[in-house]
Amino acid sequence: MDKIFNLQQLINGIQLGSIYALIAIGYTLVYGIIRLVNFAHGDFYMLGAYAAYFTINFMLAQRQNPYIIFILLVSMLAGALVAFLSNRIAYRKLRYKPRLSALITAIGVSMFLEYFTSAIPAIGPSYRPFPQFISMVNYNIGTAYFTNYQIINVSISIVLMLILTYIIKYTRLGMAMRASAQDKDALRLMGIDLEKIIDITFIVGGALAGAAGLLSGLTYPRILPYMGIVPGLKAFIAAVLGGIGNIGGAVAGAFILGISEVFGYSINSIIGEGIAYAILILVLIFLPQGLFGKRTGEKV
Amino acid sequence: MKKVVVLVLLVVALLSTTLTGCKTSSEPQTIKVGGIGPVTGEASTFGVSTKNGYEMMIEEWNAKGGVLGKKIELVFADDKGDPTEGATAAQKLINEDKVVAIAGTVMSKVSLAIAPICQSANIPMVSPTSTNPKVTQVGDYIFRACFIDPFQGTVGAIFAYNDLNAKKAGVLFDNSNDYTKGLAEFFRDKFTALGGEIVAFEGHPAGTTDFTPFLTNILKGKPDVIYCSDYYNDDGLMAKQARQLGYTGPFLGGDGWDSPDLVKIGGDAVNGSYFTNHFSKDDQRPEVQEFVKKYTEKYGQPPDALAALGYDAMGLILQAIQNAGSTDGAKIRDALKNIDYHGVSGQIKFDAERNPVKSAVIIEIENGQQVYVTTVNP
Amino acid sequence: MKKILTKNRLFLIYSLLIYGLIQLLYSFSALNNYHMQIIEIALINIILATSLNIINGFTGQFSLGHGGFMAIGAYTAGVLTTLVWKVPQMQALPKFTLFILAVILGGVLAAIVGVLLGIPTLRLRGDYLAIVTLAFQEIVKVAINAIDAVGGPRGLLGIPRLSTFTLIFLFTLVSIFIMKNIIYSTIGRAMKSIREDEVASELVGVNTTKYKVMAFSVGAFFAGIAGALLVHLLQLAHPTMFSFTSPSIAGPLSLLTMVYIGGAGSLSGSIIAAVFLTVLSELLRLGIDSVNAMHILPFTVGPEWRMVVYAVLLVVVMLYRTEGIMGQREFKMLVPEEEEKNAAGGS
Repeated sequence: MDKIFNLQQLINGIQLGSIYALIAIGYTLVYGIIRLVNFAHGDFYMLGAYAAYFTINFMLAQRQNPYIIFILLVSMLAGALVAFLSNRIAYRKLRYKPRLSALITAIGVSMFLEYFTSAIPAIGPSYRPFPQFISMVNYNIGTAYFTNYQIINVSISIVLMLILTYIIKYTRLGMAMRASAQDKDALRLMGIDLEKIIDITFIVGGALAGAAGLLSGLTYPRILPYMGIVPGLKAFIAAVLGGIGNIGGAVAGAFILGISEVFGYSINSIIGEGIAYAILILVLIFLPQGLFGKRTGEKV
Repeated sequence: MKKVVVLVLLVVALLSTTLTGCKTSSEPQTIKVGGIGPVTGEASTFGVSTKNGYEMMIEEWNAKGGVLGKKIELVFADDKGDPTEGATAAQKLINEDKVVAIAGTVMSKVSLAIAPICQSANIPMVSPTSTNPKVTQVGDYIFRACFIDPFQGTVGAIFAYNDLNAKKAGVLFDNSNDYTKGLAEFFRDKFTALGGEIVAFEGHPAGTTDFTPFLTNILKGKPDVIYCSDYYNDDGLMAKQARQLGYTGPFLGGDGWDSPDLVKIGGDAVNGSYFTNHFSKDDQRPEVQEFVKKYTEKYGQPPDALAALGYDAMGLILQAIQNAGSTDGAKIRDALKNIDYHGVSGQIKFDAERNPVKSAVIIEIENGQQVYVTTVNP
Repeated sequence: MKKILTKNRLFLIYSLLIYGLIQLLYSFSALNNYHMQIIEIALINIILATSLNIINGFTGQFSLGHGGFMAIGAYTAGVLTTLVWKVPQMQALPKFTLFILAVILGGVLAAIVGVLLGIPTLRLRGDYLAIVTLAFQEIVKVAINAIDAVGGPRGLLGIPRLSTFTLIFLFTLVSIFIMKNIIYSTIGRAMKSIREDEVASELVGVNTTKYKVMAFSVGAFFAGIAGALLVHLLQLAHPTMFSFTSPSIAGPLSLLTMVYIGGAGSLSGSIIAAVFLTVLSELLRLGIDSVNAMHILPFTVGPEWRMVVYAVLLVVVMLYRTEGIMGQREFKMLVPEEEEKNAAGGS
């Protein structure tokens, strides 16, 4: 029993879940509005990490103190910019083509971002050690340990999610975003520019993925052009689990997935590795609307 | 009409590969040596170091006037860390570029796809880092510059039990990577044979960044030492996360630990750890000191184990060509069999299975610096 | 009216001509082992791309799980030849008979798994199906890694090189022929109707589930065969070769590119794209080498650019020619006479 109920493993799971959550929100936002599984989303996360890496190194070289809030903004900006550009350059043209061609394009964009970053000499295909500019402090509750990194991580995630929830729920922009997820034609009739809303959705999703990139760099201090593939996939699974299109659901799904993966791993690595995929298959077959999604009929 | 066009296009495409091949392969002034490594894909970080090693060795020989009075040309091909690509790359080097020997490649699974091609074409192949014993068993043209799995794992276990006085050990490895799994298994077997106890034997999937679930399991058994057989980028993270979980003891690992980035990733966490390696940067042998100095100047960072092994693999080939006095495959192979080579990774001779017989060193990390501890002979 | 030169005979004659030409060039050393290997991989890719097209293009079910089927075929055949029958030690004749049997059994097992996967998942549509099949593919990889009897993460070693050019060519030929016949049969029509409008075809009495499962099993069968041929060419099977992240030219990502660049719903398109992209991948390698050899650039061009070009190609084709090179058209020799007459009025 000790193997299954373990406070330490719970903390480990929350940590993992908080990174999945930030990526999953972007997935869910984009999917909710244009029904696109944006495979390149994990790569926005990777680019956020690299943006932070270069900024921190530059500031340290200039003997300046890199404030975490500033670095966070840089990462978010980088993620947002690339997300915006990939929407404008690639996805926008396919809006009224079959949905699957957008999906294939997303795979292409993802391949491009990975191989292009590794082909640029300044980045290169090798691991980069992420600078550790905050000194680590250890805490413990009984036999369970955690650090200030985990506190920073989880609190930044929560603050960003709160801000996002506020925007979605209480601003006109958020209302437009929610409306566009429900009925695009009605939105047009109201005189709202759908393309603008989609742009903003990509920017918000990309910014959150970029922030996740920084947090991941801090906690797991090595970065690689291919680092976004696995977390991207896992975050998508989290979004599906929570009911795709539903932000609270994506966050809950991310934490459920993070925690169950960690407990899976603590039993056996095969179980841990397979658990995310197994959850995905089971959810899609038996509960396709996810845990918190609304059931919608197939539109004819 | 359309199908005719398509057919013509296909024939043109095929012929153009033939023609480009012809153009580049008729230069008698140089001796071409092939190099293979994964410089794209997820293993690219290892391929880049290895490639740098090949390049440096060839530059040094060329600076001394080449081999057999001719300049040496490196023809490098990317295998992407994939067997299919590796096999095609090897066929290209042998048939298009007419290389006389091949240094490559990093991952055992790719070397295993390349080895039969080299063997049937009578082209000697020296793998820098493929530790799977099966690689050289493919045939008598296949050599390697590194230890095979059993040696390092066993040395690590003896050191842990005798020198570190460890009675309980935890093991953490990548269960989708044969190198790290092999080391882990041989460590476990030797350590239990010596009378030690393995408290947890944990495999993690490839691409893991959060090792805390596995480490939590290992730490429950209160180990005296944790054996991490991964590459440095994973080991650094593991060490860091284990410290966060309250572990204070030493870590132990294999040659995958050797990289200047280990300390950058792991920070203070890796201090007081030990690993087995081919060579030590603090080894005062002049060839080692010169290699470290030149490499750092050229590539802006100190060499890791893969760079050293790539350097030696290429060195073995060039020395063998020199010794054979010929670029004939069979003669180079015979020269390799009888070679006695001063490499940066030690004195290399080959046994009957074409595995190098060489000593291992044990290195400790103190305040971010590698400190030579002892040399272990096979 | 009996024509001597029926379409099928024409197809056979063309194929034999290509086969003869390649053999001839090889015997005169105009083609070396490198070229032969590219041709062999291109042929295997033809089987893979066309079979993926049956699922994705003709039936309109977006599967990302082809690597899983390949892996099952590859490991089944590999285990049979290496561990069960121990073919490497055998003499010439039974060796190849057993090999062909092993390849077909590999295909059969992949097809069975295809049916088992298809029944519960095929009511999902579009992108959800894509993700589930992707998960299936990764689970296959995880499972193989866990089975030490087939080598686990070390891969299945000691597979004999039984895939000769002639055998691969033969398998490719028969595969295309069978798939072509399926497409122009009642089954094929049902598949296409599902692609065009699933609800409508359900309403006119097409048993959509049955035909979707059928498409899955046909696709899986040939993927299994191609996987088996591939590992007997490389003499090694490794779980990472069949994973979504595999950068291999015969990997799942590459196959997807082939199907959509060639044209979803065109066997001919897949054939062209499989050959084109396999050759292109090597031409880029040679191109980068020769650019570097000319020393006209201040830096060396890394091999990474190969994959960049590949990715850009996929995106550009999707943006500016969404239907791919061939759209849904076919080579005339692959279209039966009756079909041609029907189509004459329409398009």
